[in-house]
Amino acid sequence: MNAVLALPASLSLATPADVPDAGGHRSIAGGALVVVILLFLVVAAIGFLASRWRTSSEERGLHSLDEWGLGGRGFGSWVTWFLLGGDLYTAYTFVAVPAAMWATGAVSGFFAVPYTIVLYPIVFILMSRLWSVSRSHGYVTPADFVGGRYGGKVLSTAIAVTGIVATMPYIALQLVGMKAVLTVLGLGSGSNSFVNDLPLIIAFVVLAAYTYTGGLRAPALIAVVKDLLIYLAIVVAVIYLPSKFGGWGSIFGAADHKLSTTNPATGKPAGALIPGATSFNAYWTLALGSAMALFMYPHSITGVLATKSRNTIRRNAVVLPLYSLMLGFLALLGYVAIKAGTMPVDTNGKINAQLVVPQLFLDSFPSWFAGVALAAIAIGALVPAAIMSIAASNLFTRNIYRDLIKPDVTPRTEAKISKLVSLLVKVGALVFVLGMDQSSAINLQLLGGIWILQTFPAIVAGLYTRWFNKWALLVGWAAGMVYGTIAAYDVVNPATGKHFGGSIAAIPGTHTTVYIGVTAFVLNAVVATVGTLVLRAFKVKDTADSTRSTDYEVDEDDVRVQPVPEELRAELS
Amino acid sequence: MPQPVPSPDAPRHGGALRPDTPVRGPARPGPYVAAGVLVAIGIVLPLVVPIYARHDPELAGMPFFYWYQLLWVFIDAGLLFVAYTLMRKEDRRRRDVVRAAQGSGPGSHPPRHAAATDAAGDATEDGGAR
Repeated sequence: MNAVLALPASLSLATPADVPDAGGHRSIAGGALVVVILLFLVVAAIGFLASRWRTSSEERGLHSLDEWGLGGRGFGSWVTWFLLGGDLYTAYTFVAVPAAMWATGAVSGFFAVPYTIVLYPIVFILMSRLWSVSRSHGYVTPADFVGGRYGGKVLSTAIAVTGIVATMPYIALQLVGMKAVLTVLGLGSGSNSFVNDLPLIIAFVVLAAYTYTGGLRAPALIAVVKDLLIYLAIVVAVIYLPSKFGGWGSIFGAADHKLSTTNPATGKPAGALIPGATSFNAYWTLALGSAMALFMYPHSITGVLATKSRNTIRRNAVVLPLYSLMLGFLALLGYVAIKAGTMPVDTNGKINAQLVVPQLFLDSFPSWFAGVALAAIAIGALVPAAIMSIAASNLFTRNIYRDLIKPDVTPRTEAKISKLVSLLVKVGALVFVLGMDQSSAINLQLLGGIWILQTFPAIVAGLYTRWFNKWALLVGWAAGMVYGTIAAYDVVNPATGKHFGGSIAAIPGTHTTVYIGVTAFVLNAVVATVGTLVLRAFKVKDTADSTRSTDYEVDEDDVRVQPVPEELRAELS
Repeated sequence: MPQPVPSPDAPRHGGALRPDTPVRGPARPGPYVAAGVLVAIGIVLPLVVPIYARHDPELAGMPFFYWYQLLWVFIDAGLLFVAYTLMRKEDRRRRDVVRAAQGSGPGSHPPRHAAATDAAGDATEDGGAR
């Protein structure tokens, strides 16, 4: 989920009037903490056992990217449902969406619901073709596909670098989500900052270790535990909390009251329960742009390419929306927290909206159940962080190391490099979150969503046609990147006066405010189209293409993609 | 476990291209148009904000804006289910055409065989872990 993340930057709009004089010091929530630690240990054990899951003894070391980075390309419908659910609906989403609802209401928070609804028709259309062509050519990353389709290295490198740069802050944000849980549990209030950060460091070191040994199998197995826990937590919360706080009617009443109250810092209401006509375009472009962007992220594509057959992803597009329902109710918990009077006070004594849902769980449930819910969110950070680091390191190995440095690298070495890079990626994210202001991670993530959307024309058009000229696509990509970055920088938060204050801006020359990523995407597509027409008019040749039209239609049973001997298949099924 | 799919791109690694044999027979437009319409509805309608940016009617205290959008979770799932069923049927028909052409000969029943393989594939997949 990406544009969601734009919000917390503007969360300081939340009126400071309700800061209690709590000083921010928290005592440790013992019971809940014990449950969280126990569940974390269970998950770690599963993670370390994952390398033995569905591997033959000679494959134990996972000596190729297909094995380590794509789980052997054999995940069926069930595993994929859990894996993609865990991959797309991240811990940060669980923390940030209700936080946005709590602070500013529907436009910046609830758009996540239409976003994750229109997402699946888009996935349904596009991803089978990407699966087929990737399977028949052994592509592991989106940039592999772009390189194969358009030839040359410049465009595929641009796609790879965009993917890596957009993914890195996303990994960092998973740490931010986990930190919210740890803060609420009372870890982080001590005087020694190293001791405060220690739980986060331990969690990430353990995560890095089992991602190294188990590859994509580790998050796939952990996702099952995480998703079951989060469903349990949400179902109980949605049934129990509204009745506890007087029903949905009074919850929406309280939310309406809070959101329509004028914020003295800006002279405007904090938000709205129902978006007004001026926000309509922002609302739907945020939803559509984010949906188009999500499956351009390398970690989403990794989940798709790990599936067993062409139709696995389509079947999943039918059932994955169940997660969106859960996300919708989770978003509404932001309003429940308004009614409940939840006070998300951070360790520095300031209001931090991101703590609102963890705090609500801790305040409203017996400590053991709060522990289950908080563990679900914390473990929810591990799954996407693992998949994202795998995806980013695959991009590095395939599209930077192999394409640019050592073209004759063996699959075994590729796997070795990816494993090492995945460690570096995680250390980088950890250093970033511990060493820098959280808001830089959030700002970069906001930009990442805009950037990754700029890979859409090259990848998606490429799935259907070789009409576009690759240089035109490159110039379109560059135009979208530059415009998107500048436009995002120019958004100033009215309360704090800081740049990167949100992801919505007026279309240049108009007063219509829309998601910046969508404007940049349109610019990108127009430049690519016009550029192609111009280059064609000058008869510039651009015909390299190592894919054929039937590659986009193959299924697992087709001869050319079937290296598995028949007797082995029989044994497996 | 299947061996890793060999072979990154042939040209990149200097190998020769394999012959491009069709894996599916010609498409009939009907199922694609029908599925396309369903999918388009699933993308466009949830994004028409003026339809649902209103407070009433409420459902169990929840404003229309909220419950209507949550309702679309189920509508989109239903639309995609129908689209999936149409696509799977057409996809199998097109693959059977090719298999029949390849395996034609007296006494063999390629389409039947293909259908059986598909069903087996579905069963393993729906069964999840092996």
